[in-house]
This record gives sequence, C-alpha cells and structure tokens, in this order.
Amino acid sequence: MAPIEVSALKKCYGDLKAVDEISFTVNEGEVFGLLGPNGAGKTTTIEILEGLRAKDGGDIKVLGLDPWKNGYKLHQKIGVIPQEFTFLEKITPREAIIYYADLFNVNVNPDEILKEVLLEESAKTNFDSLSGGQKQKTGLALALVNTPEMLFLDEPTTGLDPNARRAIWDVIRGLKAKGKTIILTTHYLDEAQQLADRVAIMDHGHIVAMGTSDEIIAQHGSGERLEIHGTEGLAHYIKENTELQVAYDKQRNVVSIPLKKKIDALAALAAADQSKMDYGEIQTRRDSLDDVFVKLVSGRVDEHGEIIETNGSNNKTVNQQGSGKK
Amino acid sequence: MSSGKRILSDFKVFSRGYLRNRFGLFFGIIFPVILILIFGAIFSNSSSVVNVYVQNQDSGPFATPQMNIAQQFVNALNSSGTIKLTLVPNSDNFTEYLAAHSASDGIIIPENFSADYLAGNPVNVIVYGNPTSTSSSIVRGTVDEYANSFNLQRFNGTSVIGLAITTVNTQQTKYIDFLVPGLIGFAILISPMFSMVNISSEYKKTKIFKQLSLTPLTKNEWLTSKIMWYIALGSFSFILMVAVGIFLYGAHITLTPWLIPFLILGPMMFCSLGMLVGTVTKNPETAGVIGNVVTFPMMFLSGTFFPISIMPQYLQEIAHVLPLFYIIQGLNNVMVYANYSGAIIDLAVTAAITAVFFILAIKLFKWRED
Repeated sequence: MAPIEVSALKKCYGDLKAVDEISFTVNEGEVFGLLGPNGAGKTTTIEILEGLRAKDGGDIKVLGLDPWKNGYKLHQKIGVIPQEFTFLEKITPREAIIYYADLFNVNVNPDEILKEVLLEESAKTNFDSLSGGQKQKTGLALALVNTPEMLFLDEPTTGLDPNARRAIWDVIRGLKAKGKTIILTTHYLDEAQQLADRVAIMDHGHIVAMGTSDEIIAQHGSGERLEIHGTEGLAHYIKENTELQVAYDKQRNVVSIPLKKKIDALAALAAADQSKMDYGEIQTRRDSLDDVFVKLVSGRVDEHGEIIETNGSNNKTVNQQGSGKK
Repeated sequence: MSSGKRILSDFKVFSRGYLRNRFGLFFGIIFPVILILIFGAIFSNSSSVVNVYVQNQDSGPFATPQMNIAQQFVNALNSSGTIKLTLVPNSDNFTEYLAAHSASDGIIIPENFSADYLAGNPVNVIVYGNPTSTSSSIVRGTVDEYANSFNLQRFNGTSVIGLAITTVNTQQTKYIDFLVPGLIGFAILISPMFSMVNISSEYKKTKIFKQLSLTPLTKNEWLTSKIMWYIALGSFSFILMVAVGIFLYGAHITLTPWLIPFLILGPMMFCSLGMLVGTVTKNPETAGVIGNVVTFPMMFLSGTFFPISIMPQYLQEIAHVLPLFYIIQGLNNVMVYANYSGAIIDLAVTAAITAVFFILAIKLFKWRED
C-alpha cells in the first residue's frame, strides 16, 4: 500500500469547490509536489491529508489511516510545516525543539536537529527576532522532532529571499536523501523542478496534469518549434509559401513554427530568406515546465502565487495545439 | 501520566514566554501595584475627620425650640471639626446599622435627653467605639468635651450629662481595606482576560493552534496550563498587594484559607471567558473590541476602586450581574468583614459562573477546522 492514497477527494466552502474530486497516490520515499497558483486547492488538499481539515467526499488514507478520524495517531508519525509558519514569540528554536520533544515524549538531541536544518547559529534567538528563513527552518526542525515517516511542507519557501530558499532546498534534499516521503506544495516552478520527483499541477480544485516534469512536458507541451524574431508580415509570407503551420506572438515579435520533422526548419528558413524581409535571431526550442504551467493553469503566477497574466492573449495557435486541457 | 507531563511542559514554555514579555509582566504584576500605590496615597490621608453615626432618640415634645437640647448637642458636635455626623433614623436598630455599615463609631442621644438636662437629672450619652481604634478615642474625646461644655452652661454648673461607653468590635473600615481586595480582583480580571482574548484569537489567526494540534498536546491540556499560570500569577499579585496594603498603608485585612478558592476560581473564570471571547470572534481585532466591552464595565463597576454602595441604584443593579462583583465581594467578606456566610454565597455564585464559562470555552474552542 502506498503511503498516501487519495481518491475522488472533495471539499467545498459554501458554493466554492475548493477541491473537486482529485485522485493521486504518493509512493514511499518520493518527493511529491502539488503545484498551482493561489486558490488552486493545494493547501486545502494538504490540510485534509494532515488531518487538520475535514473532507466533504472521497477516500483518503495516509500511512493507512483516516487523517480526520485517526488524527491523533497519525500526528505521531508525520511532520508538518503549515504555510507561513509562526510560533510562540518568546521561545528560541532550541527551546521549541525541547518543548516538542516533551510533548511527543521522545528523546532527541536538539543540537543535532538544529544542525540538520542549518539553524545552529540562531539556536538561542527568540522566535520573533528570527528572519523569515530562520522561522521556516524552525518549523522544519519542529516537524522533525518526532522522527516522522512522512513530511508535509506547505509552501515552505514562500516570501523568502533566494539565498534562504536555496538553504531550505538543501535541507529538503537532505531529508529526501534519508528516504523520507515528502509532500510539498508550492507555486514556484523551479522549486517543484528542483525538489519533486513527481508533480501534480492543480488549478481551480482540479489536477490538470500529473507526472514527472518530463512526462508533463511531453504530455502537455508542444514539440520542438522554430522561432524567428521578425514581423507579422514575415509570418504571413512563410505561411503562404510553405505547407507549415505558422503562429505569431505579437508581444515577443516572434514567428513560431512547430517542427514535425527537423527538415521543416530548413523550409521555413528558406521562405524567410526568400521574403527579403528583415529577421533577427533564430532558435529552436521546446516547452519548459513553465510554458506548460502557463497553458494549464489560468495564467502565469507572481512570486506570491497570484495570477498576473491571463492566457489567450498571445501565441494562440500554439496554445490550442499544445494544450491537453479538457 | 504523560498528560501531566505535557501540561507541565506547556506551563514551563508559556510562563517563560510570559516572563520574557515585559508588556505582560507590567499589566500582570506591576500595574495593579502602581494602582494600589496611587489610590492608597490619594485616599489614605484624605481626611482627619472621623465619620460617626448618630441616632437622636429624643423626639420631645419641646415647648420651645430652645428647649430641644438634644438637637443643640448634635449641632454642637457637628461643628466640632473633628467628627462628621451621619444621622441614623430612629426606626433602625442602631447596633445592626453600625454592623451593616462596617462602622464602629456611633453616638446615641437617649430619650428625654433635653428634659433630663433641663431638670438636672443625670443622663448619659451612649458612645459606641472600638477601644483599639484611634478614631474611637477621637469620638470619645469630642463627645466628652461637648458634654462638659453643656454641663458648664447650666446655671449651677452641675454635671448632668455623662458618657456611657459601649464597645463595638467592628473594625472601622478604611478606604485601603477594601481597595486591597478590589485591586486583587482587578489583577485577577485583567491579566488572564486580556491575555487569553489576545492569545486565543492570535493563535487561531497565525495557525499556532493548528500547529499545536499536530502534537499530542490536547486543547484541554493547553487550557489547563494557562489556567495554572494565571493562578500562579494572580497569587503572586495577591501577595504583593496585600504586602503593600498592610506595610505601606496599614490596611486591616484578614488572611485565611478562605481566600484560596477565590484565588483559584477567579483566574479560571477569566481564562475561560477570555478564551471564549477569542474563540467566538472572527479575528483578533473584533476579539479585542469585544474583550474590552466585556472587561471595562467589570473593571469599574464591580467594586474594584470604590465600594458599589456609593454608586447609584441602577449601577448597583448592573454590578450584580458582573461576574467580578462576586469575587470582589467575596474577597471583601473574607478579608475585611469576616462575613463568612456571605462569602459562601459569593463563592457559590463564582463557582457556578466559572463552571459555565469553562465548559463553554472547552466546548466551543477548536484546534482544527471542519
């Protein structure tokens, strides 16, 4: 049995379907990323898995337990950092670890845990004086006190500076190397790519894609394409004088030609040359996870996870071709 | 077993955090002491005039107003400048009246006082007082002085007015005597109330409750450790204020084991009430407002800074629905008036209100969301 089994999970807040019948499985020792913009349903999903929220429908088993009914038992086996981890103001990370060890009735060496999460230097600083990154590390440290089989990290690096993010990533990689099963939510693509073995992209309560990064790109991204920096006139010329499908991205001033065969690039370039029109840089590229993400969710997201760009304004042909969205 | 360990561990963490927070320390311990120092200083030396209850039982008849010697004697005493008379209606039993007003100093002008005086028959003015009290000796001295003066005014100067001294054991209450229980009640109220309203709403908002729900600590264990801390803090505050009251202002207060249930139930009541306010409100801002709405009337109208008997009737009626009133009245009954039958009632009311608040707080307070 897999450590996490989710089937047709449903959760509504009033009329809003926050999580709409999603299903997935997380395997042992795997880092599983839930990726999506704010409001996609990531936190609701992870909180239901942690036993902090009741579900409205579907089946879930975490380490063989129903998280809501057997929360008390489950919590002995899992470690959790909630989003924007906050703790008691006047407690140091070291004291907090000892406090948790007392609560869980376990013997731990606080200094070892502090070392594991790279927090030795701030061990004796009150929580309210720690930086954002140090606070998150304190959260990680507390999640490790009961030597959990499984870790839930809800947006562990949101709002942190790049150095602090990388430091947290290092800690997470260390935990992964120890064989812990980790469920991670994030709206940072690079974070998902860096850390997760498999990713589920969520949008409006649905899982719109799932698999490894490569699988998702292969499934939902366009294939290789040629991009020529030039005018819309050039795009028309190539389209009229070849058999090729041609799209034009007005924002980037790029003529985009999907390549069914490598030789198609030659035909396109020959046409461009024939047109006597000016054109700039040429390159071939594939969709990155970023491109696929933008296509699958409602748009691009900023560093706070808010959608800042709506789909459909550009590169329409490519979008329609590449999208695997229902 | 391990539940006790968790409570102690949480108690340790919370108390340490509290002591590191200067703001909490100030309001929990220093502020009530400052209040007792200020109010004590303002009122302890405010008046050297002794308040005396007087009942003039000589109702005549008098042929001419000049023959109403009793009234003249009362007027003379009133103009002495050392004592201030409050008239007690003849329908009241004088000794009961004194006890009800926690007073020991009183004077009775007997029936036929004027007639006896004019006829030259010996007559005694009855003076009630506590032999150990300085105010009683002032009263005695003043009455004696005016009795002599009235005797001398008689045409032959024969001494007809004498003094009959009656001992009253009621200790005259001074302002500071009930200020101490009042401010102990104040300390019992504000520290847990403000702190728990704030904690319970903030922890909900910042998800610290969720975080704690992921540990084996239960919400009841968590609340228990908070109550334990505020009992400890309240007891410490109690000792401080009693010490200031007795040693600085010479307050007459009795310390008996009767105080213990009030010092336990009080913090428990307001921890629960604070928790309740924080639990039923949506965010810390609303919680703060509701907390103030609940706390401030109690702070002023429950007999904290002045006895409720000086308030208008309708405010006194309001005071009787305020939970803190019964704690302060109970503390007064135990510490000042040694009125234990009254204290039992206060204790019963306090226990009942505490039970209601505690049960509601436990029922409504949730670690996690549905």
